[in-house]
Amino acid sequence: MKILVPVKRVVDRNVKVRVKADGSGIDLANVKMAMNPFCEIAVEAALRLKEAGQANEVVVVSVGSEKSAETLRTGLAMGADRGILIKTDAERVEPLAVAKLIKALIASETPGLVILGKQAIDDDSNQTGQMLAALLGWPQATFASKIELGSDTIEVSREVDGGAETLSLAMPAVVTTDLRLNEPRYASLPNIMKAKKKPLDETTPEALGVDIAPRLAVLKTVEPPRRAGGIRVASAAELVARLKETGVL
Amino acid sequence: MTTLLIAEHDGQSLNQATAKALTAARALGAPVDILVAGSAVRPIAEEAAKLEGVARVRLADDATLAHALAEPLSELVLSLAADYDAIVAPATANGKNLLPRVAALLDVMQVSEVTAVLAPDTFERPIYAGNAIETVQSRDPVRVLTIRTAAFPPTETGSAAAPIETVGAAPTPPRSHFVSEALTTSERPELAGARVVVSGGRALGSAETFEAVIAPLADRLKAAIGASRAAVDAGYAGNDLQVGQTGKVVAPDLYIAVGISGAIQHLAGMKDSKVIVAINKDGEAPIFQVADYGLVEDLFTAVPALVAALGD
Repeated sequence: MKILVPVKRVVDRNVKVRVKADGSGIDLANVKMAMNPFCEIAVEAALRLKEAGQANEVVVVSVGSEKSAETLRTGLAMGADRGILIKTDAERVEPLAVAKLIKALIASETPGLVILGKQAIDDDSNQTGQMLAALLGWPQATFASKIELGSDTIEVSREVDGGAETLSLAMPAVVTTDLRLNEPRYASLPNIMKAKKKPLDETTPEALGVDIAPRLAVLKTVEPPRRAGGIRVASAAELVARLKETGVL
Repeated sequence: MTTLLIAEHDGQSLNQATAKALTAARALGAPVDILVAGSAVRPIAEEAAKLEGVARVRLADDATLAHALAEPLSELVLSLAADYDAIVAPATANGKNLLPRVAALLDVMQVSEVTAVLAPDTFERPIYAGNAIETVQSRDPVRVLTIRTAAFPPTETGSAAAPIETVGAAPTPPRSHFVSEALTTSERPELAGARVVVSGGRALGSAETFEAVIAPLADRLKAAIGASRAAVDAGYAGNDLQVGQTGKVVAPDLYIAVGISGAIQHLAGMKDSKVIVAINKDGEAPIFQVADYGLVEDLFTAVPALVAALGD
């Protein structure tokens, strides 16, 4: 079975982003980029299934500019077998468009399972996996904390508001990853070198016949209101007195 | 036209997230219908009907709709969609699971985690863990929105009950099945809607000390308990207690962060709280930058002292 893992290039999780003063967006000049953390977890999940003999190929795919090839190389260095870049210089590709692109790719790739991160830490949309499942007519299990693969079903434990629940899905299926599914591996130097020789194909939205024009117009981007500076209290007793003054106690 | 709000419930009662999302749905300016879907959920529909400003409740009561599986639910919503130009759900685990599926089937781009309704087609939403607020305008004929419930007050119960109308479920052979669930039961208030939240971080050291230190303070304040990602990853607290960018977003009247350093991912989940208290022995911890009241002290002495100072 083949597993397809869509991955996204985003601002590194440790970077504190800055909003452009003119309200036109986030300042991405010279900012460190990396694979979205939830996508790393998705790659790791796919690799573990392959290492357990339950899958024979892991394909990573990304939508973006030439630079997204670096993100695919990260996935290849972790252990994925090949990469596909759906190349576009569009500034914004929305989850609906990404889902359509992946669906178009799946017509020729025919994976048995698609594993994605539950959300990207840039736009925080949390949509692509669900949209992909809908467009394919496949079952979905979002926010996965545990995956067990059977012969033609997959059992997934999900993080939900009250705790956890377990679903069984008929394959092919879409799974999105939550934080505690696994601890992604670091790519070793030899594997980074090896990844440079792994196949990385390119296609385009045009070749896949998908219109990626955004449906949402971003009118402006601003910084959130800042909290007024607080005060230090010397003791628990003073804290209680202060809280009583505010009326919250 | 009309707005459809999808009710959040646990099969027993209506979740307050519904009343909060209703406030956002009403701000769109059109009449609001509420869809209550589930198995044996007429009492929940009756609860929803009492909320102020609801035009009607549409009740889909069918065994296949138990456990809120995304596939049958999205087909149900799709079968009703022609009546609506906006489809809204709270951004709960269920809402986030369901609504993008509905949006894709309608060929609509969803707006996630709406924090303000500026016009029927224009919304604010946080991006980058709340470090920026984006104003977006939808160009789609139908708006599909999830609502960040912490940003809206709940709609109150009204004087008259809206009519309840039953609708049929759309039966297709399911390709996903519910197997089991392990839900946390607690006498404490629910984290997402609590007036006071006491959260613990990795500095608590173990699941036992987490409980021993945090629980007495939470009990005294009738507070919900939350946790940082680090504390959840370390197994000190359940995943359902995680506050942050990818966990629950809360905005209580009082948020007390105990032994939490304040990573941006955590701040994203609590910085809109009315009053924030931080207790941490590291005076340089970033949590103090958002705290109204900071106490630089070892939590193992500060928290028991706080419980004592609160008295009975």
